Amino acid sequence: MSVLFSHYNYWVVIVLMMIGFYIVIAQGNLVKKLIGLNIFQTSVFILYISAGKVSGGTAPILADGITLYSNPLPHVLILTAIVVGIATTALGLSLIIRIRDTYGSVEEQDVRAAEGNRKQESC
Amino acid sequence: MELLLDISLLSMLVATAIGIAVSRDLLAAVMLSSIYGLLSANFFVTMDAVDVAFTEASVGAGISPLLMFATLAIVGRFERYPHQRALPALLLVVLTGAMLILATLDIPAFGDPNAPAQTHVAPRFINESGTEIGIPNMVTSVLASYRGFDTFGEVTVVFAAVVGVLALLGSSLPAAGRKLPDTLLQASNHRILRIVSKILVAPIMLFALYVQFHGDYGPGGGFQAGVIFAAAIIIYTMLFGLEAAMKVINVTVLRVLAAFGVLLYGSVGLVAMLNGKNFLDYDALAADPVHGQHYGIIVIELGVGITVAAVMMLIYFAFAGRLIDRSHKS
Repeated sequence: MSVLFSHYNYWVVIVLMMIGFYIVIAQGNLVKKLIGLNIFQTSVFILYISAGKVSGGTAPILADGITLYSNPLPHVLILTAIVVGIATTALGLSLIIRIRDTYGSVEEQDVRAAEGNRKQESC
Repeated sequence: MELLLDISLLSMLVATAIGIAVSRDLLAAVMLSSIYGLLSANFFVTMDAVDVAFTEASVGAGISPLLMFATLAIVGRFERYPHQRALPALLLVVLTGAMLILATLDIPAFGDPNAPAQTHVAPRFINESGTEIGIPNMVTSVLASYRGFDTFGEVTVVFAAVVGVLALLGSSLPAAGRKLPDTLLQASNHRILRIVSKILVAPIMLFALYVQFHGDYGPGGGFQAGVIFAAAIIIYTMLFGLEAAMKVINVTVLRVLAAFGVLLYGSVGLVAMLNGKNFLDYDALAADPVHGQHYGIIVIELGVGITVAAVMMLIYFAFAGRLIDRSHKS
């Protein structure tokens, strides 16, 4: 039982990561793939933040009468990662819009088929 | 109690993620991903990561789903095909997951104060930042001063991403006189939405400024403030149209501002170098090192805030412009 409680966070991280991984490899829609990547990314955030938690600690803002703080370092890393994450997601989404412009579809299968036709024509 | 909260929030996250994986309606998946962002923000609060929660609530639950909605409006709402290679994929995922779970048994227990993560650099940050940097929020101290180099890199990446988005989506900014099509205007004629949003825009901006300048003392800082400020403008744009927003905000100015924030950050580093210290060593900025740290942090946080706000607005305008272009064609 104690292992369950002391490692529950890490297991949830892995489950979330694997759900994201599944979406990326098994679903052909490119928007869905990006949502899957976002889930994957958030699971890494949760891993870092969980590793920084000290039981009985408090938020890392200095205050009188408090001696035990959680680790501020993972917070910094993840805070900036979130904002970089949204910027790269936006880049991914604009790539998807351009793919839609070129191939008329955002499904992996359709794009592959269209690409195959194009190669045959050029041969 | 804390453990109960932790376990229930994480279980809800897993349930939401499964919902996203199963749903073939992308609109529902994006709605769920917004809920997912809000849940993880709540989880970060229980983990004492208040600054992170702040960012995740504004980005994960707000801006990210918004951009996805804009994309869905262009590319279509439903997935066309069922899952491909579902069984092998499931097998691979379960196998990888099982191996990773086996590996977690070596990780120190959750919340252990003697875990390696808590015993190396963290004590230095916790014990010394109060006297070395002189501001209460350790996250801001580490972000802006100890790891200022790293943050500079992140701001540059955010800037590079917007350059990419603008290159891909082109200058699809609507020419003057181009009106929003009626289908997009239906929601903006909603009286309650219009009045409530009009009331909200000003307080949101004021709050963004508070978050920006109070980041040294409480949760907040340039990243959060930038996103919140952009959210105010985005709400306005959503309800009153791109044309109305363009009257207030010049896109060329925004592009310059996005670059200006990065430049401001970098020039603080150069000033420190000219004063004979290392790049981004704020001790060199004033006679008293602690004052120097204060000046440095305020200026670079301002640079971060300006860049992030400008980038978020530019990205939203680029997507909204595409949406209008498209509905004009069809």
